[in-house]
Formats: sequence, C-alpha cells, structure tokens
Amino acid sequence: MILFFEKIGRAIYGWITVFFEFCQLMFATIYWICIGPFRKKPINPKAVVDQMVYMGIHSIIIVFFVTFFTGVVLAMQSAPQLEKMGGVFYVAGLVTVSICRELGPVLTALVIAGRIGAAITAEIGSMKVNEQLEALDTMAIDPVRFLVVPKLVSLVIMLPCLTVVGDFSGIFGGYAIGVFNLNINSGLYWQTAIKFLALADIYTGLVKSVVFAIIIVLVGAYQGLKTRGGAVGVGQATTVSVVTSFILIIIADAILTGIFFFSDF
Amino acid sequence: MSEHKDIAISVKNIVKIFDDERKVLDDVSLDIYKGETFVIMGGSGSGKSTLLRIMTGGVKATSGQIYFNDNNIGDLNEEEREKVKRRFGMSFQSSALLDFLTVEENVSLPLREHTNLDEKIIGIIAKMKLSLVGLQGFEHLYPSQISGGMKKRVGLARAIAMDPEIVFYDEPSAGLDPVVCSHVDKLILDLTKKLNLTSIVVTHHMESAFKIADRMAMIYKGKILQIATPEEIKNSTDPIVKQFINGEIEGPIQIN
Repeated sequence: MILFFEKIGRAIYGWITVFFEFCQLMFATIYWICIGPFRKKPINPKAVVDQMVYMGIHSIIIVFFVTFFTGVVLAMQSAPQLEKMGGVFYVAGLVTVSICRELGPVLTALVIAGRIGAAITAEIGSMKVNEQLEALDTMAIDPVRFLVVPKLVSLVIMLPCLTVVGDFSGIFGGYAIGVFNLNINSGLYWQTAIKFLALADIYTGLVKSVVFAIIIVLVGAYQGLKTRGGAVGVGQATTVSVVTSFILIIIADAILTGIFFFSDF
Repeated sequence: MSEHKDIAISVKNIVKIFDDERKVLDDVSLDIYKGETFVIMGGSGSGKSTLLRIMTGGVKATSGQIYFNDNNIGDLNEEEREKVKRRFGMSFQSSALLDFLTVEENVSLPLREHTNLDEKIIGIIAKMKLSLVGLQGFEHLYPSQISGGMKKRVGLARAIAMDPEIVFYDEPSAGLDPVVCSHVDKLILDLTKKLNLTSIVVTHHMESAFKIADRMAMIYKGKILQIATPEEIKNSTDPIVKQFINGEIEGPIQIN
C-alpha cells in the first residue's frame, strides 16, 4: 500500500518537475526573443530563413495532400445527408467553414508536429548525446538562443502560412467533388462558400496555428534537451515529443475553440 | 621550483555526488600552473572527466571551489561566468563538431557569436587556426565528410579560436590510430608552446600522457593519489599507480 502511494507521489513529483522545466524553457525562449537582442544577442536571421525554408517550403506538398483529400472526404461524406434535405450546394459552405475554422489549422499542425516536431527532437537529442550541446555551453553559446529561438520564430511565421495553404487546398478538394461529382455549378459553389465564410473563421484558425507552432517547437525542443542514453534515448524522446505535441494541440484546440465560441468570435 | 609559478586554475576541495548517493569526486584539490601541460589520468569511472567538466563549468560541483584569476567561478553571476568561459577552450572526446555547419563555420562559430569582427576577418582567423592544426583545403566540408583524426583537429582549432588561456582536452587520443595519435600529441605540445597556453588533458592513454605532460595527477575512485612529474610517476611506489601505468591485471585495481 505504501509502495502504491510512493509511486503516485513520485509520478506527481515527476509531472510537476516536467511542468516547471517546460516553463523554464518557455521563459528562456521568450527572454532570448524579447530581451536578448537588446543585450547584443540578436536572433540569427540566416538561421531563421534556413528554418523557414525547411519547415515551411518543404512542408507545402504534404500539407496540400492531407488537407486536399480531407476536403474531398468531407464533401463526399456530407453530400448524401445534404442531398436528402434538398440542398446539396450547401456542401460548399460546410466544407469551407469546417476547413478554415477547424480542420485546416488542426490537420496542418498535426502534420507539422509529425514532420518538424520529430525532427527538432531528433536533432537536438542527438546533439545532446554527441556532446554538441555541451560544446555550445563551453563556448558560452546558450543552446536555447542558438537552436530553439530560430526554430520558434520560423514556425510561428510559417505555420499560419501553411495553414492558409491548407485552407485553400481543403476548399479546393471540396470544390473538386462539388463541381465534378455533385454537379454543383462552379459559380454557385464559390458564392455559397463565401456567403457562409466569415472573416473570423479565417483569423481564429490563424490564431490557433500560432499557438500550435509554439507547442510544436517547445515540446520538440524540451524533449530534445532532456534526451539521455544514446540512439535509443533519441528514438524514445522523438516518440514522446510527437505524442505530447498531438495531445497538446488537440487540448489547445478545444480550449481556443471554447474561448472563441464563448466570446462570440 | 614549481611553487613560484603563477597558478592558471586552482581546484579546492571539490566533491561531486550524483543522484544523492554516488560520490564521484571526494575532496579533490590541485593547482595547475600557467603554461604547463597537466595530465589527469585514471581509469574509466574514476571521476577524471567529471573533474574536467567541473573546471570548465559544464557540471556543478556538490561542494568546493574552482579559482580562475583569484575568482571562484561558482560565485560569479551568469554574465561573468560567460566571460570566463570565453577564456577557456575545450576539445571533446567525440570532437562535438556541429553537424550542420562546415569545418570553417564550426571554427568561426565562437568568433561570430562573441565578437563584432567582419566576416572576412573571421574567415581569415578560422583559416589561420585550421592551418595551425595542419588542415587546409577542407574548410567547406561537413564533419560527416572528414575522418575521425581530422575532426579531432578541427575540434582543436575551434578550441583555440578565441585565443583562450586554458585549453581542456577530454581523451584527445581516444579512437585514433597510433600515427594520428602521435600527431595529436605533437599538436597539443606545439600549441601549448606557440600560443603560450595552459593545457589540461584528461586521458588514460599512458604513452600519450608521458609524452605530453609537464606534470600528472593520478585519480582513483574520486581521490587524487599522486601529483608528480612523468619521471616521478614512472618510478612511483604506489601500487595503484604502478598497476595503472603498466596496465597489469594483478593488483589493487579491480574491474567490476
């Protein structure tokens, strides 16, 4: 019985430690972004651009495919129901609003968490086990400033851009089914889509994507910095990073949707 | 004679306990003089690498002090500690070069981060440091494209990039063939003399240790057993030191 409570106590202690360490990383990152440049420690623009290309440009195709086919599936699944009510052209509104408000930002974030979050953990984790982080520390170079900050700045810029790409390709997927399969007139499709779409649907999605970007980079970096035990440790850290990012993205989405819902956005 | 020399770094009563129970260093004290090559030797798990990392500031000691230019490094604030670190250089066992940077970018990294020098000048300094370790024409290659011995030398060039006062070497000859190993030994000696550095080398490679050391310390189970010149160590009567330097199976050192 005592052993049971000891285990619970240790688990709670572990979670509290993780929480505080995560907050520490978050504050260190904020410090290097907001205060560092005023203390002659600017953000490296070349590293930011390199990361923007790697995280953003190289992710366009995967984001396009995932959201395009989500739009296709969404249109195909909703069409029979809407047909029964005699309003198949409402597919346009349903797909557009669902993609812009919810599926575009969330699916893009999940794809990027799998692609970029895992890469961040693997990169920083293998640097940790190969003494490269220690080398940075010995050279008086803060690993958070050198490695984490450019990644965070890049993804905070690129994830909303990718979300816009995801929104368009998702809508295009719905359009493809609506026009070529359900025989909705192309003009009517766009008219209906725009009629149902409010500006708030787009910017709430973009606000969400900024929060998701912060989650992906900080979770990836945290797991990388905490990596122990060689190649196996890097593999485990990468798995934990992706799973944690996925869960936190979904939780953050629920919270943000709640906030937007109750504040009438 | 050595008492009259200036002290480069002084280690006082260092204790390091890992996980509240594993005592790795037990009241270690030693003075390292300016301009000497000081070798810390000991078996695997003896605490020598931990001692090196405590000196560089990479690991915090449980208790004790490290004095550099009369300042206890532990008492310094973050900014002052950073300034001290810039006066140290370190060559790692695994070279620890950043994979995503070229050879030249690796060497110029500390200069780029800590100085306002023009890119052209940084490039010239990096090339100069690389030529000091005998590497020319490899500037644009990535660490994965060069051999282990070359990586070691690039690591060395990076360690001396900021013209440090003290260079720490962690197992400089580990994983190298005998010829490259001798070359690295010669480099350590040359750099120490040419650049008037203090070199602190952690190794268990006895041939190298005797070749490069002005003085040596034998560390065993977290304690310093003996600090002496290579000649004195060779003639040591301490059974542990004797067994270690001769690599004998029989003796007080037991392998777990």
